[in-house]
Amino acid sequence: MSAAAGAIPRSGMSAVRALFRDQPIIPLTGLLVVLVLVMELASPGIVRPSWAGVMLRTAVPLAILAGCQTLTMLTGGIDLSVGAVASMVGFVTATLIHSPGGVPQAIAVALAAAALAGLITGIAVGVFRVHPLIVTLGMSFVVLGLANVWQLQSVQTGAGVPDVLRTVGSGLQLDIVPNSLIVFVPIVAVILLVLRRTGYGRLLYAIGDNPVAARLSGARSWQVLMVLYVISALLAGVAGLVLAGLTNTASVSLADSSVLPSIAATVIGGTSILGGRGGYGGTIVGAVILTVLSALLTVVGLPEPTRQIVFGSIIVLVAAAYNRVTAET
Amino acid sequence: MSAAAPPLGAAQARPLDTLVAFTRRNAWSIGLIAVLVGLLLFTKALQPRYGPITLQGLATSVQPLLLAAVAQAIVVISGGIDLSIGSMMALTSVVSASLMAKQSEEVGVAVVLGVLLLGIALGAVNGAVVVITRVPDIVVTLAMSFVWAGSALLVRSAPGGGAASWLKSLVVGPLANEWIPKAAVVALVVVFVVWIPLSRSRLGLSIYSIGSDRLAAFRSGVSVGPTRFAAYVMTGLFSALAGLSLTATTGIGSPVPGPYTLFSVAAVVLGGVSLAGGRGGVFGPIVAVVVLQLIQTDLTFLRVDSNLALVAQGAILIAVVMVGSLITMRRSRG
Repeated sequence: MSAAAGAIPRSGMSAVRALFRDQPIIPLTGLLVVLVLVMELASPGIVRPSWAGVMLRTAVPLAILAGCQTLTMLTGGIDLSVGAVASMVGFVTATLIHSPGGVPQAIAVALAAAALAGLITGIAVGVFRVHPLIVTLGMSFVVLGLANVWQLQSVQTGAGVPDVLRTVGSGLQLDIVPNSLIVFVPIVAVILLVLRRTGYGRLLYAIGDNPVAARLSGARSWQVLMVLYVISALLAGVAGLVLAGLTNTASVSLADSSVLPSIAATVIGGTSILGGRGGYGGTIVGAVILTVLSALLTVVGLPEPTRQIVFGSIIVLVAAAYNRVTAET
Repeated sequence: MSAAAPPLGAAQARPLDTLVAFTRRNAWSIGLIAVLVGLLLFTKALQPRYGPITLQGLATSVQPLLLAAVAQAIVVISGGIDLSIGSMMALTSVVSASLMAKQSEEVGVAVVLGVLLLGIALGAVNGAVVVITRVPDIVVTLAMSFVWAGSALLVRSAPGGGAASWLKSLVVGPLANEWIPKAAVVALVVVFVVWIPLSRSRLGLSIYSIGSDRLAAFRSGVSVGPTRFAAYVMTGLFSALAGLSLTATTGIGSPVPGPYTLFSVAAVVLGGVSLAGGRGGVFGPIVAVVVLQLIQTDLTFLRVDSNLALVAQGAILIAVVMVGSLITMRRSRG
C-alpha cells in the first residue's frame, strides 16, 4: 500500500492481492462460474437460460437487502432491521390494496412507514451515536411488534398480494429475463453512481474509514447517517415488495430468514464490516453466489441441516480466504 | 490512607466521598436495581396476588436468557460479540435432551458434564476460527450460528427427548423460604462460582484489558489471541449452561434456536456493558434480563397486547441506550 511498494515491480502474489482488494468482482465471478460448472456436473442439463433466469429472480430480493447492508457497512454500521422492515412493507401493502387509492396508495403508505422507522434509526445512530447494531436490533423488535398489532387489526379485510407485485416479483419474460429487473436495474445503477460519482458516496466511505477525520474535515456525519438509514429502510421496503410478489405471501416474518444471508452476501462481496472498503458490485455477485450455492446444495440432495452447516462453513472459508489474500503485508 | 489525625471535616467527608465514588462507578447498576425494585412494587400494586408462586415462575422462565446474557457479556467485555449463542443453546439442549431421555438419574449427571464439555468445545471452535482467520467476530459467529443450528437439526429433527428429574427439580419451586426461588439461586450460584474467580484472576483482567484497548494490552504483555480464545470458551460454557437450563425448564430439547442471541445482546447493552468492550460485568445484564421479563409481565397484567410488549422492549432498548450515550457524551465534553 505504500508508495515504495507501487514503484517496484510487483510479484505475482502481490498482483493477485491487489486484484482481490481492488476488483473483488473478478475472482468472485470466477467462483460463481465454478459453482455453475459444479451444478452442471451434479445434475447434467440443468444449466439452461431459464434456470439462470430463475436463479436471478431468486437473487434479486437478497441482492437489494444486501444493498442495505453494503451501504451501512461502508460507514462501519450494519442494519439488522431490514428483515422486519421488508416483511412489514410487504404485509402492510397486501392489507391495504382495497384502500381508496388502490395499490399505489398501499405501497406509498407502507414505504412511508418504512422511511419513518429508518429516520428514527438514523437519528439514534447519527445524532445520539448509538451503535447501529443495537438501534437496528431494537427497531426490528418495534417494527415486528407493530406489524403484528396491525395484523390483528386488519385480519378481516381479506387482503392478498396485489397482481402487479406478483407480476414484477415472479414473472419471467420469454421464460428467461425476470421482471424484477425493472426494479433492480435502476436501484443498482443509482447505488453504483452514488457510491462512485457523488460526494455523498465519498462521505460514506470517509465516515467508515475514519469517523474522526471525516468530522474534522467538515463532514456532517449525523446528516449523512440519518439519510443513510432512511435509504436503507426504503431499500429494504422495496425488497419486501419484490419478495412478497416472488413468494406470493404476505407475512410479518417473510424476510426474517434473509437478514443473515444479506450480511453474508455483503461480506463475501468484499465489503469490510469495519467500514471504508467495498462496493455494491461485489455484493450483487455475492448474493448470486449464495443463491446458486443454496440451489446446488439442494440439487446434490443434502438435507436441510447439512445444507446449513455447509452454508455456514463456506461463508467462514470465503471470508477467511479474503482476509488472507488481502491482508496488508 | 492519609497521615494520622486528619482534620475533623475531612474525616466526616471521607466515607461520603467513598460512597459518592462508589455510586458514580456503579451508577448504571444502581439505577437498574432501582428500576427493578420499582417494577416489583408496581407489579405487586397491579396484581395484589403476585406472590411467591409467581416469583418462582418468573425465576424459572428467565433462567435460560439469564445464562445466555452472561455468556454474551463475557465475550462482549473482551471486545467481541457472539451471534451463535442461540444456536449453541439449541445444540446443547437437544444433545442433552436426547441423551437423557429414558435414562437413569446417574446417566443424567454424566450427560450434564458431557454437555458442558461440548459447550467448551463449541466455544473453542468459535474462538479458534476468530483468532486464526482474523475475520471480524460478528461475521464468524454469524456463520457459525448456521453450523451449530444445522448440527442441532441433525441431532434431532423435531422437539423431543427428556430431562433427568433431578435436573428438572433444580429449576422449579422454592428453596428454604417460599420467597426464594430455587431457579434464581441455582443460576446465581453457577454464575458467580465461575465469574467471581475469573474476574479476580489474571485471565479476567486480560479479558477486560483486550476489550478496553487491544493494542495497549498487547504492549503491556497480554497475549491477545489466547485471551480472546479463552473468552469464547467461557461463552461456550455459559451457552451450554443456558442450553441445559432450556432442557431443564421445558423438559425437552428443541432444535430450532429461540430468540436468545438477539435478546442476550439487548440484555448485555441494557446491563451497562459497552459493546466496544472493556466495561461492565455480568451483574448488570442479569438484572436487565429480570427487568425486561418483569416489564413483559406487567404489560400482560395491564392487558396490553403481547405484540405491543415486543414494541415496548425494542423502544426501551433504543431509548435507554440513547440516554446512556447522551450521558457519556456530556461527560466526555465536560
